[in-house]
Amino acid sequence: MYGFDYHRPGSVADAAALLAKTEDAKLLAGGQTLIPTLKQRLAQPSDLVDLGRIPELKGIREEAGGLTIGAMTTHAEVASSPVVAGVIPALAQLAGLIGDRQVRSRGTLGGSICNNDPAADYPAGLVGLGATVRTSRREIAAEDFFTGMFETALEPDEIVVAVHFPKPDRAGYAKFRNPASRYAMVGVFVAQRGAEVRVAVTGAGPSVFRAGAMEDALAKGFDPAALDGATVDADGLNGDIHASAEYRAHLVGVMAKRAVAACG
Amino acid sequence: MANPNGIGAAVRRREDFRFLTGQGTYTDDIDRPGQTYAYILRSPHAHARIRGIDLSGVSDAPGVVAIYTGQDMAADGVKSLPCGWLIHSRDGSPMKEPAHMPLAVDKVRHVGDSVAVVIARTRGQAQDAAERIVVDYEELPAVIDMNATLAPGATSVHDDVPGNLCYDWHLGDEAAVDAAFAKAAHVTKLDLVNQRLVPNAMEPRVAIGEYDRATGEHTLYTTSQNPHVIRLLMGAFVLGIPEHKLRVVAPDVGGGFGSKIFHYAEEAIVTWASRRAGVPVKWTSDRSEAFLTDAHGRDHLTHAELALDADGTFLGLRVRTTANMGAYLSTFSTSIPTYLYATLLAGQYRTPAIYAEVKAVFTTTTPVDAYRGAGRPEACYVIERLVDNAARELGIDKAEIRRRNFIPADAFPYATPVALTYDTGRFDICLDEALKMIDYDGFPARRAEAKARGKLRGIGLSSYIEACGIAPSNVAGALGARAGLYESAEVRFHPTGSVTVFTGSHSHGQSHETTFAQIVADKFGIPIETVEIVHGDTAKVPFGMGSYGSRSLAVGGSAIVKAIDKVVNKAKKIAAHMLEAAETDIEFSDGRFTVAGTDKSLGIGDIALSAYVPHNFPLDELEPGLDEQAFYDPKNFTYPNGTQVCEVEIDPDTGTTRIVNFVAADDFGRVINPMVVEGQVHGGIVQGIGQALFEHAVYDPESGQLLTGSYMDYCMPRADDLPSLQVTYHEEAPCTHNPLGVKGCGEAGTIGGAAAVMNAVVDALAEFGVGHIDMPATPEKVWRVIQAGKMPMAAE
Amino acid sequence: MPTVSMTVNGKSVTGEVEGRTLLVQFLRENLHLTGTHVGCDTSQCGACVVHVDGASVKSCTIFALQADGASVTTIEGLAAPDGTLHPMQAAFREHHGLQCGFCTPGMVMSAVDLARRDPDLTERSVREGLEGNICRCTGYHNIVKAVLAGAEAMKVTAEAAE
Repeated sequence: MYGFDYHRPGSVADAAALLAKTEDAKLLAGGQTLIPTLKQRLAQPSDLVDLGRIPELKGIREEAGGLTIGAMTTHAEVASSPVVAGVIPALAQLAGLIGDRQVRSRGTLGGSICNNDPAADYPAGLVGLGATVRTSRREIAAEDFFTGMFETALEPDEIVVAVHFPKPDRAGYAKFRNPASRYAMVGVFVAQRGAEVRVAVTGAGPSVFRAGAMEDALAKGFDPAALDGATVDADGLNGDIHASAEYRAHLVGVMAKRAVAACG
Repeated sequence: MANPNGIGAAVRRREDFRFLTGQGTYTDDIDRPGQTYAYILRSPHAHARIRGIDLSGVSDAPGVVAIYTGQDMAADGVKSLPCGWLIHSRDGSPMKEPAHMPLAVDKVRHVGDSVAVVIARTRGQAQDAAERIVVDYEELPAVIDMNATLAPGATSVHDDVPGNLCYDWHLGDEAAVDAAFAKAAHVTKLDLVNQRLVPNAMEPRVAIGEYDRATGEHTLYTTSQNPHVIRLLMGAFVLGIPEHKLRVVAPDVGGGFGSKIFHYAEEAIVTWASRRAGVPVKWTSDRSEAFLTDAHGRDHLTHAELALDADGTFLGLRVRTTANMGAYLSTFSTSIPTYLYATLLAGQYRTPAIYAEVKAVFTTTTPVDAYRGAGRPEACYVIERLVDNAARELGIDKAEIRRRNFIPADAFPYATPVALTYDTGRFDICLDEALKMIDYDGFPARRAEAKARGKLRGIGLSSYIEACGIAPSNVAGALGARAGLYESAEVRFHPTGSVTVFTGSHSHGQSHETTFAQIVADKFGIPIETVEIVHGDTAKVPFGMGSYGSRSLAVGGSAIVKAIDKVVNKAKKIAAHMLEAAETDIEFSDGRFTVAGTDKSLGIGDIALSAYVPHNFPLDELEPGLDEQAFYDPKNFTYPNGTQVCEVEIDPDTGTTRIVNFVAADDFGRVINPMVVEGQVHGGIVQGIGQALFEHAVYDPESGQLLTGSYMDYCMPRADDLPSLQVTYHEEAPCTHNPLGVKGCGEAGTIGGAAAVMNAVVDALAEFGVGHIDMPATPEKVWRVIQAGKMPMAAE
Repeated sequence: MPTVSMTVNGKSVTGEVEGRTLLVQFLRENLHLTGTHVGCDTSQCGACVVHVDGASVKSCTIFALQADGASVTTIEGLAAPDGTLHPMQAAFREHHGLQCGFCTPGMVMSAVDLARRDPDLTERSVREGLEGNICRCTGYHNIVKAVLAGAEAMKVTAEAAE
C-alpha cells in the first residue's frame, strides 16, 4: 500500500471541503473494497477522507411510507433492522447476502453504490425499487446514478448522504453467487408498485440494467410462469472464466423467476 | 492396566491450548534483532528474456539496505535449486534437468518468477524501492497448453531442452496389455483432465535468514514440512554451506499439504542475503504471491482404457498421461506422475496386465509438485472413473463390479503388475460398511423423491488404495530417489522420570505432539503429561526426513518405537544390575521392571534416576544415561485403503451440484487416536470435494497470466458449500511390517474423494447420455451437458 | 505520524501509526499480539477476525486509525486471566475443531460473535455464518460441531452469570 494522509471529518460539509481542496483524495466508507484495492497498489490516493464518524450519514428511518437509509449504514445494520424488515423485507434480505458477516459489519450502502461494482448487490435493489440517491448537492434517480462499470453520476467532490427507497407492494431478490468471490454472478431484484413492475439485474452486465421484456411479461401477470419465454440477450453480457455470457443470460431468467416466487 | 492416554484413546490435543489462545509461534511471528525485510521483484510476464536490469536510483530509496539480482547470486557461486528424484526415459536416457536459479539470470519462465530482491528497513520501503527497478524484458511466447508444448516448432521454455520434454517414461508389460485388449468383450475409454490445483495452506510461506559473523553460522527459519531436507538441499547443493554451520528451524507451521516440502528460492535468497548484507532478512509471502510461487498440484491429461470380459472382469488397463512440470523441476516433481502415480494403477483390483506411459513437459507456468495425495489421487481418479463407467456400460451394479474384481483377503501379499506388493487388505469390509452407512439399497427411492422435487440425484463410489509411509530407502533409491526415506527419533529419559522425544517428523496440523506422546506413554507405562515431543529444528533433532506421503506415524512413529525399545533394553540392563538378577530374567510391563517369578521390581523412574546417578555402576559393562536414538527404514510401503460413497443433487435449472451425503469407510491399520484420524479424513475428503466441484488454477493460454490468482477467483471450499461427513474405519488388516501395525491416514480422503464426487455427478446426469464431465463440475459445465442432452425434464 | 488510542483486551493502548497501517499490523507489530493472523490479501480468509466494539471484523480490512477509540478484543483476550478457556475455545479443543491452528483465532472469534448474535444456531446457520472464514485442514466438520457445542456452553455460562 502506498502512503497517504488520513482525515476524519465530523460533517459532510467538512468532508466535501477536504475533497475539493485535495487533488487525489478519496472517500473512505466501509473500506471493504477500497482497502484491498489499496493493498494491491491498484490505487494511489494522496489523502483518504474517512466518513466513519459523521452522524448525519448514519441511520435507518421510515419516510413517506418508504425507507431512508444513511450512506454510512452498514449491510449488517440493514440486514438486521426491524424497520427494514417491516417496510421492505427484500432489501434486508439483499443486504444479508452481501459478502460475509465480517464484510457486512463494515461495508456500507454508500460505499457499495459509489463503487458500482458490476457484481454488487445494492445497485439491483436501488434500480429495482426505483430509489433516489441523495447527495451533498442534489437528488439523483437510481437509474441515472449508475452510469457504467465502476462509474456513477457523482461529481468529484459530491458525497452520497442517503438513499430513499419507496415502499413497493411486493419485492424479491434472488442471487446466484460467484462461488469464489461470493459476489453476484447474477442477481435479480423484482418489485411491483401499483401497475409498475421493475426487474433490475446485477452481475450479468457491465452495470445494473432493467430487463424490459421481463417487466412487460410480469406486468401482465405477476407470476414466475409469466416469465417463460422472456429472456435477456446474451450479447453485451459479461463473460469470464466463471460464467459465459450465454450462461449468465440463462441465469437471469432462472433468478428472475425465483425473485418473483420470493415475493410471496 | 491400559493407559487412559495410550494407544487407541481419543486424547484431546496437547497443541490446542497454545493455538486456541493465540500463542502459537508461526514463522511470521518471529522477529530477529536488527531484522530487515525482503521484497522480491517478480516477473509480470510468462516468458521473457532479461536484456538488462536498471537499478539506478533504487539504493537511494528510503530504507534500502541492499539490492541483489540473479547475476549477483550466480557470481557468488550460488547454484541451481536441485531436483530430488531422477527419472529415466524409456530409452534409458536421464530426464532433462534445466537449471533453476533462485533469482532468474537470463530468462523468466513464469509469471511470478523471481528477478531481484530488495532489502529494506520495512516491508513497505522494500516494495516502494522495488518499483524503481526497471527490467528490460524481451517478451517471448507463453507456452501453456500441454499438447502444444510438445508440438513440432513449439517455443522452448529452456534453451537447453528443445521440444520441452522432460522425460518419456513407461511402466508395465505393453505386450501383455495388448493381448488382454485383443480378447476383451468390452473396452471402456475415457479422456480425463486432472486439473491444476493450488494447495493453499492457510499460512503463507515465510523465510528468515540470519547470519552470525562471530561463529559463521547461518540460521534459516522457514515454513517447512522437513527442515533437515531443506538444510541438505540448500546447504549442499545451492549455497555450499556445510551442515554444522547451517541450522534450519521450522516452528509451528500452518498447514502444508505438500506445498511446504520443497526447497524454495526464497529460502536460499534470505539465507544468502543475510550474510551478504550482514543483517537478518525476513520474507513474508502474501497470498497473491503464494498463488504465483507455491508449487501447484496435479495437472495431468490422460487417455485411459479398461478391457473387460463379458461378466465385468478386468483384463487389462492402458493409460497414457501427459504431466505438467511447469517452468522448473520442483524438489519432488518428477516422482509424482511416475512412481507415485503409475505404480498405483492396479487400485484394489486384480487387473492382470497394466501399462502406463507418462510424458512430463515444461510449460511457462508455476512449477508443479506434490499436493495432498500426490499422484495417487490422479491414479484413483483414472481407475475409479473407468470402473464406474464400465459398470454403467455393462449394466452391472457399481458395487458388484468392484467386489468381483477386488484382490481377495487370502491373496496377500499381492504383487501388482506395476511394481508394488500390497502386504495386506480387506477391501470387502470397507465396501460393505460404506454401502451400509449411505443406505445404498435405499438410493433408488431417494432418487425418485428428488426427481419429484425437480432435482437430479446421483451416487458414486470410489474404492481407493495408496502407497504410503514413504518409503523403503532401497526401493526408492533403485527408482531414482536421491535421498534416503527413513525417519529418526531420539528418546531421552530424564533423571526424574520425564521424557523428551525428538522426532524427524514434522507436525503442521497432524497432531504429533499428541499422537506420538500417546505411543510413548503407552510403551513406557508413564503419564502422558510427562512426555514432550520436539520437532522442527535441525539443531535439536537427529537427521529426519519430515512429514509427507502420510509417513509420520508409519515411519516416524516406528522410529520412536524402535528408540523406545532401545531405552527399555538399556533399562533392563540397569534393572538387572540394581536387582542383582540376570538381564534375561528382567521383564518389563506397565512401567515396571520385574525379576521373572519374583516380586522384586523397580519402576522405570527409579531406573532413570540411577542411570544418571550411577554411583555403583560396573562401568566396563554398563554405560550411564538413558538416552537412545534410532533410525527406522521401512521394509515396504503401507497400503491404506477404503471406499467412499458420495450422493449429490443437481439443480437442473442452474447446474448447481450439492453434496447431500458423503461416507467413508477406511483401513488405516491400527489407529492410535481415533479423533485425530477422523479429523484427517474429514479434511482430506473436503480437499477431494474441492477438486471435484470448485478448484481450478486457470492460465490465460495467450498471455500466460494466472487468471485465478486470489480467493476472488480460485474457489476455496467454505463451510456452507459442504455437508457433514460420516466416517468410520476397521482394524482387521493391520500393516504387517511396522511395529505399530499402522498405515497412515493423512491423504486418504483426498485420494478417493474427487472420484467419488465425480462418479456421483456423472451418475446424476446419466439420463442425459453423459459419460463424462471434467473437474471441477461447475454449474455452467453441468448446465451445458444438460442442455446438450436435450433435457427431458420440464423446468420448475 | 498520527497517534491512535484504543482499548485492546481491556487495556488502554496508544501508538504511532501511519495512515496506511492496518489494524492487524498495529496488533501484530506494535502490540506483538501475534495470535491474529493474515492468510490472504483480498479480505476473504478470515484468519484476522477480531471484535471491534462487539462486532466481528476482518482486521486486515480496517485501518488502525478507523479503530481509534474503539474497544478491540483479539484471540489473546478471550480466555480468563488464569488460563481457563472461553467456552468456545474449550469446545474447539473438545471437538477437535482445529489442526494446524492458523485459521483458528479468526474462526473462534467469528464463532463467538455468531453465538452471541444468534442464540438458536443450527448446523446450517453455523455453516452460513462461517462463510467468511476459510479452513484448509478440517473440512469444517468438527468446526461446525465445536461451534454448536460452544454456543450451548456460552448460554449455560451466561445463565449461570445471571
